Amino acid sequence: MNKTSLSHHISRQFNEELEDVRNKVLAMGGLVEEQIENAITALVNADVELAERVISRDYQVNALEVAIDEESVQVLARRQPAAGDLRLIIAVIKTITDLERIGDQAERIGRMAIHLAEMERPKNQYSELEHLGTQVRKMLHNALDAFARMDTEAAVAVAQEDIKVDAEYEAIMRQMITFMMEDPRNVKRTLDVMWSARALERMGDHACNISEYIIYLVKGKDVRHTSLEHMEKQARD
Amino acid sequence: MSSSTTPTHAIDMDSLGRGSATNRLADEAACLEIKHLNLFYGEKQALHGIDMMIPKKRVTAYIGPSGCGKSTLLRCINRMNDLVDSVRVDGEILLDGQDIYDKSVNVADLRRRVGMVFQKPNPFPKTIYENVAYGLRLQGIKDRRRIDAVVEKALKGAALWEEVKDRLHESALGLSGGQQQRVVIARAIAIEPEVLLLDEPASALDPISTLKIEELIYQLKDKYTIVIVTHNMQQAARVSDYTAFMYMGKLIEFGDTKTLFTNPREKQTEDYITGRYG
Repeated sequence: MNKTSLSHHISRQFNEELEDVRNKVLAMGGLVEEQIENAITALVNADVELAERVISRDYQVNALEVAIDEESVQVLARRQPAAGDLRLIIAVIKTITDLERIGDQAERIGRMAIHLAEMERPKNQYSELEHLGTQVRKMLHNALDAFARMDTEAAVAVAQEDIKVDAEYEAIMRQMITFMMEDPRNVKRTLDVMWSARALERMGDHACNISEYIIYLVKGKDVRHTSLEHMEKQARD
Repeated sequence: MSSSTTPTHAIDMDSLGRGSATNRLADEAACLEIKHLNLFYGEKQALHGIDMMIPKKRVTAYIGPSGCGKSTLLRCINRMNDLVDSVRVDGEILLDGQDIYDKSVNVADLRRRVGMVFQKPNPFPKTIYENVAYGLRLQGIKDRRRIDAVVEKALKGAALWEEVKDRLHESALGLSGGQQQRVVIARAIAIEPEVLLLDEPASALDPISTLKIEELIYQLKDKYTIVIVTHNMQQAARVSDYTAFMYMGKLIEFGDTKTLFTNPREKQTEDYITGRYG
């Protein structure tokens, strides 16, 4: 299945419904991407106002999830989609669940940003979180791009990127443990950093899930809970 | 209250493997084998080199646009096309290994082994009882008690017994469309065929009668090999184990229904089942 085949239904209204669902998913993805970016910026710059905005905007992400779910149910009930159309709707329903969870993690980082803004700042201004955050945001961006273009190779690249994100997260954890051992007064702040890093790492996992749904959407192969090699093979099959 | 927490139905983890619930054509026993079948109406070729195996005691559905040859192919299986003068068939159809187009084959015998039900219910203008008993009478069976038993069994098999048991000697034409179609199915299974051919069996029926016919198909496949032609793709998806997609007299794709409707191999199949123009 490729992107152009989304249209060309005999029923033009069905084309429009599918196109609309797909566009809403991309819009939701764009919003979530922005939430990640703002959450990280708020944390790094100790910008409490921006952090509060991230928290208050999470309801938009949730509302989009509910709306897209509803539209998908309508398509299932009224159109009884088959083959590629069915896989699109299934992939959409799963994708928006992961997007919503990424949104929740962004909100969580927003709360950490508010905590951390009240504490003493480290010399590096949380550059490790900024770096990890950029990586994760790029992963999500590429996953959404792969979804829009139905590009399985790009989806595999997202999953490969997750290995780096996990390694980076481990490195941050080790560093934070060292800080806590050096000086117990660091514990409170360091825990917030660890929670934030954890939230970013989870976002990477969700982006990775989305890339798996793209393989399902395009190739009809379920690659969840398999190895990266298996995913690569299915993507190229 | 019992404090026991022993699970009463453990999940069979082996059954959860990826694709394990998929039927595999290669594992099935063949009931019919169609080998390089060509069919011509005069000069016009309607079927082009059809090769396929129809598995025993499974439901096989043919789907495809009007005029794609699916009904023509179905009619080949009990040689209904013999009745059309201009038809010429080459190739083979093996029923349990024997070519049904062989000169030695008695067509009446063949049609006893391969029953057929058409789109429009066509009960005879006789009583319900006589409709179902018709095949037995043709075979010269006169034993009243035996016929009674067969009629009851066939009507039960067609899920109609409860509805008509008190009016067996009323005309079948007084029944509803869905009931008439089940009388016809009862008539077909009364003579215990091996294969049941169903040509759009529910397309003239309302949704409830359609569901009853579909439920019946599900029950009948324990005993019979069922081949169904349908315009209704959701129906094919619901009732069949295997689905064949035909287009312009060619067999485009044949495989297990689960895969065909979620991830078809051929683009033409995908376009058809998702309602796209090619």
